[in-house]
Amino acid sequence: MKKLIIAGKEFNSRLFLGTGKFNSNEQMENSILASGTEMVTVAMKRIELNDKEDDMLHHIIHPHIQLLPNTSGVRTAEEAIFAAQMAREAFGTNWLKLEIHPDPRYLLPDSTETLKATEELVKLGFVVLPYCQADPTLCKRLEEAGAATVMPLAAPIGTNKGLQTRDFLNIIIEQSNVPVVVDAGIGAPSHAAEAMEMGADACLVNTAIAVAGNPIEMAIAFKEAVVAGRRAYEAGLPIQTKNMEASASSPLTAFLNNE
Amino acid sequence: MVITVNNKETELSQGSTIADLAKQLQLPEKGIALAVHNRIIPRAQWTEQTLQPNDSIVIIKAACGG
Repeated sequence: MKKLIIAGKEFNSRLFLGTGKFNSNEQMENSILASGTEMVTVAMKRIELNDKEDDMLHHIIHPHIQLLPNTSGVRTAEEAIFAAQMAREAFGTNWLKLEIHPDPRYLLPDSTETLKATEELVKLGFVVLPYCQADPTLCKRLEEAGAATVMPLAAPIGTNKGLQTRDFLNIIIEQSNVPVVVDAGIGAPSHAAEAMEMGADACLVNTAIAVAGNPIEMAIAFKEAVVAGRRAYEAGLPIQTKNMEASASSPLTAFLNNE
Repeated sequence: MVITVNNKETELSQGSTIADLAKQLQLPEKGIALAVHNRIIPRAQWTEQTLQPNDSIVIIKAACGG
């Protein structure tokens, strides 16, 4: 299988993991390690004074893992730029998952602010991976602005509804000159496999693994699905027939009652 | 003097630097970022930068998220 390359950096795994919603930091870490991922998201929050809680950062820092700080919680490009600079200072990386979703009900990204922030953050030297609408025109604009990838949504965050934007994802994948990472809404390994079969370069999964009955096993299931889907894409999938008429895969000679 | 840290009023000796505040709050060595009036102050400058009364400080750290 071909390696994924983002901003000149090679990744062996095409599965990215989010760190939200796990029952414990230990479970999160074990799921990350089981998934084989090399890209893990991290959010930010204000510290509480005299805070003695277990620092989640210790659980995700491993030599093979690229941290991908996100800007969750911001509502505008201006706030995103501030958050990005805080993330760079706190985590020592210029990689950034840009996410600007002011609407708390559907958490859909604001395209205008996302494009504006991408343009600015690229100038400031960030490797920007924007979470965005599955809008082919927007994805081209983000690419032109210097985004390292585009990360169109399959469905709203945490819905597990799979590839609701399938037809638009197909157009985005066909047109893109940067890696396409399908982010949000992937609720089952079959969804991830389908995205990879379509030619997506990677999938970002969080909820479906974190809230599974057994997150570690589910992380492995996603790992295998992403590999299977990518392998199938590279192998070249056969064309589906337009009707239900069969095409024999065994010889049709009647060998039992030969006369 | 009184400053605010993440919107909480905090008592600090007059003339304290950010490094003094970090010591008082027992901030960890890594994984945090600090801004004074929304201007990020790199850790390397914490020993030089003195705080003023009513300074508004934001300190963030890592959190779980997707």
